[in-house]
Amino acid sequence: MEAEALKFFIACVTAAGFGIAIAAFGCGIGQGLGLKSAVEGIARNPESSGKVTVTMLIGLAMIESLCIYALVISLILIYATPMAGTVNKLLGAA
Amino acid sequence: MEHPYLFFVKLFEMMGLSHFAHANTHVIYTWVVMAILVILSLLAVKGLSMVPSKGQNVMELLVSGIEDFMISITGEEGRWLFPLAATIFLYIFTCNIVGLIPGFFPPTANLNTTMSCALVVVVFTHVIGIQYHGAKYIKHFLGPVWWMVPIIFPIEVIGHLARVLSLSFRLFGNMMGHELVLGILFMLAGAFFAPIPIMALGIFVALVQAFVFFLLSIMYFTSAMEHAH
Repeated sequence: MEAEALKFFIACVTAAGFGIAIAAFGCGIGQGLGLKSAVEGIARNPESSGKVTVTMLIGLAMIESLCIYALVISLILIYATPMAGTVNKLLGAA
Repeated sequence: MEHPYLFFVKLFEMMGLSHFAHANTHVIYTWVVMAILVILSLLAVKGLSMVPSKGQNVMELLVSGIEDFMISITGEEGRWLFPLAATIFLYIFTCNIVGLIPGFFPPTANLNTTMSCALVVVVFTHVIGIQYHGAKYIKHFLGPVWWMVPIIFPIEVIGHLARVLSLSFRLFGNMMGHELVLGILFMLAGAFFAPIPIMALGIFVALVQAFVFFLLSIMYFTSAMEHAH
């Protein structure tokens, strides 16, 4: 029973690591594309810099929230796995 | 995960309410934020005059700035939404900011606080819709043509439920992630002042997340008030 719980926990933690890495990869590309267009817009028309900056910040926050959802799932996998009781006893004793 | 040292939790422990304090840390710090906001507002309106003093000037700047921005998104018919929208913005911003003071816990780092704010916003959206449109509010959910209703209606309902999830989890994830990173950096390299750049980022994140919550709320209110397509 303990060996099964430990194997499950190892799988959960590995999945958490890869999950947030892939999410950060996608988020970086998405935010980079948004930022690229915002900077091009400011370079083309410096007077619109205020509005473009505000819109860019809102867009970046929206894209970042997708990465935050993946982070929340990873945190659940690490700290609140279904076998949390058994895992805590194992790690507490070790 | 070790428990950080929190001032008001220790205060409650000294009063003998230790179990309540540890189970409901976010409630205690919500009371702290409420006290801060009420005291600051009372101080600012103590000597109201036509030629504003310093405190009154700051409050006027803040309130009129938020109101003008809100009107630019909702139009003139949305002016009555200002008390709720400004409360959402100021409350969430203060909740986020008090997390940066050593010994304080941001109430928004707990899912209960953020879920309560998101539920208020989404339920109020539907109340506005029914108040403005009556029974015809259902046309918002039905899409452009009548024969696509069986597909469009579930998608719209799921979209509205997803608004609750996205609003609450965005704020909660940002604040909880910030707290976790601070805790881990403190554990790893606390003697070298390693958490300081993260706290500087935290000021920026606090403002942006409060602003994004406020902006999404007024956009949802506007979309409920306008005519269906």
